[in-house]
Amino acid sequence: MSPMTLPQQIMTIALCVIATMLTRFLPFLVFSGKKETPQTVQYLGKALPLAVFGMLVVYCLKNVSFLSGSHGIPELAAIAVTILIHKWKRQMLLSIAAGTVCYMFLIQIIF
Amino acid sequence: MKLKALKAAFPYTIPIFAGFWFLALAYGIYMNVSGFSFWYPFLMSITIFGGSLEFVAVSMLLAPFAPLQTFIMALLVQARHLFYGISMLDKYKNMGWKKFYLIFAMCDESFSINYTAEIPEDVDRGWFYFWVSLLNQSYWVSGALIGGLTGSLLKFNTAGLDFVMTAMFVVIFMEQWMKQKKHHTGLIGIGCTALCLYFFGSTSFMVPAMILIIVILLAFRKPLEEGGLQ
Repeated sequence: MSPMTLPQQIMTIALCVIATMLTRFLPFLVFSGKKETPQTVQYLGKALPLAVFGMLVVYCLKNVSFLSGSHGIPELAAIAVTILIHKWKRQMLLSIAAGTVCYMFLIQIIF
Repeated sequence: MKLKALKAAFPYTIPIFAGFWFLALAYGIYMNVSGFSFWYPFLMSITIFGGSLEFVAVSMLLAPFAPLQTFIMALLVQARHLFYGISMLDKYKNMGWKKFYLIFAMCDESFSINYTAEIPEDVDRGWFYFWVSLLNQSYWVSGALIGGLTGSLLKFNTAGLDFVMTAMFVVIFMEQWMKQKKHHTGLIGIGCTALCLYFFGSTSFMVPAMILIIVILLAFRKPLEEGGLQ
């Protein structure tokens, strides 16, 4: 059970909400006035997305241990399947389903 | 207009439905077995709406009250949203009343879909963004609520289903990759994050990774811009 009182719990949750909203709203608050968005920020707006999607892929794999257990083989194999199917058919849902089924099969039955 | 946008938006959210339901159920169950009423996962999934922080918040609630530490930890976990905002400045312009909700509900998945989706010409962009965000949040909230209500009564034999999120980000990464002529920024994103994961470990690599990405993107601004960003 939580060692906190109810007001303390509410405050803890509220702080999480405030911090989250700060990170989501800040760019819009800073750069959405009448002034033009600085060149550097416009450049980052274009350069960031592909870098961010790459970051998110690595983020999803953060708990994969490459040195022990299954050495990340199921993850890498399932990603390879996802990429190949997507190159072949280029249908998002199909590629995602194929990769996920492949991963579930690998960890439930093989590893 | 609304219905048409809903029809266009829904297919994009199907993988999120699978992934969110799985993760949100797990989150609700985790809160339930940690001794919290279903109101906690329900209200937290509505107000915070950020999966990783909600999981971290459970351990915060189980520890002694530490407001400053909570706030700093939450900022660090959520810092990546700053990048989403910078990328969405243009797309979320002139969205009227919807803009507040779009920013409020901008999780990893909604940002990724709304940034990359090819929205048909005759579909209203604002409503499309709105439905994607709302559908995604409703999947997450309903999953968390059901998990919180049922607790460990639910039996899982769905090991590995959470990979649906990884597969989705791989596909979104590929789509964006194919859209751009030059791919250096993608390699910078993967390289910097992997490097920081290796050196800082899985609990504290994201902030250094974000700083490194910004530094490298700014340092190589000239060649990258000449290389042809859209």
